Formats: sequence, C-alpha cells, structure tokens
Amino acid sequence: MSQPPDEPVKYIESKIHLPYDYVAGDYRALYMRALADKKILGSRCSVTGKVFVPPLMSSPESFAPADELVELSDRGIVTTFCVVNIPVIGREVELPYVAASVALDGADISIFAMVQECKAEDARMGMRVEAVWKPDGERTGDHTDISYFRPTGEPDAPRESYINRL
Amino acid sequence: MKRPVAVVGVGQTHHSARRADVSIAGLVREAVDRALLDAGLTHEDIDAVVIGKAPDQLEGVMQPEQFLAGALGAHMKPLLRVHTAGSVGASTAITAVTHVASGLYERVLTIAFEKQSEGNAMWALSPSLPFTPPLVAGAGGFFAPYCRAYIAKSDAPAHIGPMTVVNARENAMRNEYAHLRETVTLEEVTESIMLWEPIRYLETCPSSDGAVAMIIASEEQAKKGPRRPAWVKSGYSYAEAMWVPGRDQVSPRAGRDCVKHVYDTAGITDPWNQIDTAEIYVPFSWFEAMWLENLGFCAEGDGWKVIDRGDQRFGRHLPINPSGGVLCTNPIGASGMLRLGEVALQVMGRAGEHQVDGCKTALGHAYGGGAQYFAIWIVSSEL
Repeated sequence: MSQPPDEPVKYIESKIHLPYDYVAGDYRALYMRALADKKILGSRCSVTGKVFVPPLMSSPESFAPADELVELSDRGIVTTFCVVNIPVIGREVELPYVAASVALDGADISIFAMVQECKAEDARMGMRVEAVWKPDGERTGDHTDISYFRPTGEPDAPRESYINRL
Repeated sequence: MKRPVAVVGVGQTHHSARRADVSIAGLVREAVDRALLDAGLTHEDIDAVVIGKAPDQLEGVMQPEQFLAGALGAHMKPLLRVHTAGSVGASTAITAVTHVASGLYERVLTIAFEKQSEGNAMWALSPSLPFTPPLVAGAGGFFAPYCRAYIAKSDAPAHIGPMTVVNARENAMRNEYAHLRETVTLEEVTESIMLWEPIRYLETCPSSDGAVAMIIASEEQAKKGPRRPAWVKSGYSYAEAMWVPGRDQVSPRAGRDCVKHVYDTAGITDPWNQIDTAEIYVPFSWFEAMWLENLGFCAEGDGWKVIDRGDQRFGRHLPINPSGGVLCTNPIGASGMLRLGEVALQVMGRAGEHQVDGCKTALGHAYGGGAQYFAIWIVSSEL
C-alpha cells in the first residue's frame, strides 16, 4: 500500500469525458456527403458572386443568401502556413506537420489543411497543392475523406495572388 | 460617454504557472480585495459586478461566475459575465464603464481571471470538431500563419520577433507581479525550439494563474476617493467575422475601426505623439509589430522598424508594454484587463518601478478569437 503523502494534497488530476452529438446542418451535411463522391462543394453569394467553402447559407460580407451550390476544384494554393512541432493530447498526427491555409481554385475563402509529401522546410506560400483522397470504397462522407494535400509540382502562384488573401 | 467615468482602484494578484496556494475563488478574492483597498472602499460601496474570463473549457468549470458570486461580494447585486475570447478582460472592463456611464450605477467592480493550472489550455484551444481536420495546435498554431503572412507582407527581418521578446523580458524585471522575471538574450530566443514555425518557444506567452480587478466610478464618486483617478476618455469593443472573403487577418478591420472610434472620441489625432505609453496584447512576439500598425502608431509595414530602432522600449519615445505584457504574464481571461489596469496605473502615476515618466495619456488594448475581437480604451490623468 502506498504511504500517505508528506505534503498536503493541493491538486489531483482527474480526466473527464464529455460526449457531444453535433448536428452538421443542411449545407454542411451536403458538403460532407459530397466528399464521399470526391467532390468539394461551395456556395455562391447571390449578390457578390463570391464562393465560400465549406458552403455558408449566407454571406458574412453582404449578408445575402448564398443559395447556389457549386463544385470546386480539389486544387489550390497555400496562402500561408505554419510547421507544427508540438503535440496535442488525444491527437495522433506525426510531428512535424505543415498546417496550411489552402485557397482552392475558384474559392474566395481558404480552408485549413495538412500538406504532406513535402518536407516541412520545402513548404512555401504560393505553392500549388492538390487533395489526396482516400481510395474508392473507403470514403464515408467525412473530413477524413481527404487524407491531406500534396504539392502538384506546378510553378508557384505569383505573390500578388496570395499575399492579401490568407 | 453620457457622463465622465474613472478608474478609482486597481488590484492584481502575483502571477505564476501554478498558484497552488489559492482556489479559483481565493485567486479572484485576492485581486478584488486589493482593488477595494486601493480605492479605499468596501464591498458595501459596490453597486454591480462585471466579470470576464476565457471560455469555460480552460478550467472545465461551467459558468464559474455563479459559484464565485460569494467571493466577488456579488450577493444580491447585478452580476454580469462577458465573453469575447482572449480580448475578454478588456471588453469586460469597458462593459463596466458602460454600466457607470449610463447613469445606472455609481461604482462597479470589474474583474477578470484565469487559473490555467487547473486545466489544459493547449487542449482547450486545439478544437477537434467532427467536421474539420483537427490541425490547429493551440493558439500558437492558429496565429503562426498570420505571423508568417506579416513577415512576408512587410519584408520584416527575422530578428524582430526575438528582439521583441528580449525587450518584454527586460520590462518584466521592473514589474513585481509579472510571471516570467528572467531576462533572455537574442541568441537564447533564436536558439529556443521552434514550436510552430515561425514561432519559437521563447516567443510564446507563458500559461499563468492570475486575476486583476478594478473599481470603476462616476465623476462624483471618483472625486471623493483618496487618490488621483484615471479618467476613461474612451473605450469600445469591436468584432468581425472570421471567414470573410478578403479579410485582412494581419491587420483586421475590426481593430482599425475600433481604434479609430476610440481616437476620434478621445480627441487623439496623432497617436504616436499624443499617447505616452500603451499596453497592447502580444501573446506571440510578432504581434507587437503587427498591432503597432493596426493601432495607427506607424504606417502599414513600419511596425517592425519601430522595434528595430527600439523606439518602443522603456524610456524611449513610446514605451510599449512597460509591464512586460502578455509575453511575460498570461492568465488568458485576465490578460486584457491587465493591459487596461496597467495603463490606468500609469496615468495615476502609481505603476511602481515600470512607471513611465510624465505619463498623462495611455492606451490599453486586447484582441481575441481569430484576431476578430478588439477592445481598446484610452485613459488620462486629466478629466
């Protein structure tokens, strides 16, 4: 048996488990189901024509409905990124990894994505990347259907195409 | 403002990685008692309480303002909780100002706290939601890409971030309440491990336990106090959506619009020369250069040049974060109110060893969320 501690106990560590049920919402549900078919859906603002991905039901800029769903390319550019060297409890991502803002071709806001098949020191702003999808039959309509993004090998996008668009 | 409002008392705890000597209630009470003592008041003099802290998952206690009501002396008084992520300490104090300016209350206690040792902020700020890849690793993981974009946009040299830290640590040596009171050299910073490239370990704020409280009073009550108050010339909170096409994440519009409103209403036309000191929210080194620009202290792209010249150092033209700031002390929810409380002490002439000589007008600032919430005030030694 363990001995009582010499010092008064001031802290105990106690882990809690909080299960939540999330509701995706109409647009997000369509977006996720489309991932199973290797499609990335966005929505287009009825006033400005700007495209949001994942799709939003209204524009945070014009406040107008964004009721047209559009299919986007699974290619884009890295607008900015960081190289993560620090672990997070409960995550099983190998370190270091490149966490990037990726502006998909045709989209007006970026998504957050992991870039692999690229050494961390080779990652750069303006790099062209493409989605690497899970094989057919393994996609379930979940964000994990895109395993990661990887460089396409195309020339980098010019500075003016990303410097004011993160 | 409908009528003049002043800070008549400021109290803060000593900050450290783990305040094992007190509970959360004990921690907030320590700050409240010091603020009341400073103002020469007791709980009976307080009409209402406004409290702020960062999101509840940081300590895992839901709506802690309810169980803290006793420790806050809020029994049978109006008690309001403010939520604006990292900027909360500042927007909480500004909410207390509104309470008094409205004419509804004469003296309001405002307080902000965080006891990071009772939870895991790195986990709490690394959302693993079901619909998006869980890639954000803490606040640093979120903001490092913004810092990279700033460096790319402004062509800032790599030493600016580390240089900012060396200066902040020197400043904290003059602040007896600061958490990290140990100087570092430029080499130590640049050789510390890279956590979220381009942000290194020593370019990152610590995790702190701490609290700060202020007493906000009407002109009539402020003039009855034992000491010279800090007059609140202007204070506003602004917000913007995180995912807006074309949003400038490096110099967000909400920050620019907020400070313009504050300057316009406080009669500031030349902030670089009219402001004597500023406490601004710098949790990661590069944000000092970024906010110098966003706050209009210099032209866009010139923030790093101010730091390179050292014009923002203690004893120079515009001392920034003479307390050492968030880079040296970060009880998250309290960090914003510490900025506002520190500048109140500066214009009262009671900041101690880190007092800026002849300080009459000072700016306090905080930001939060995805660099989308801003809260700023200007205080003055003159009504």
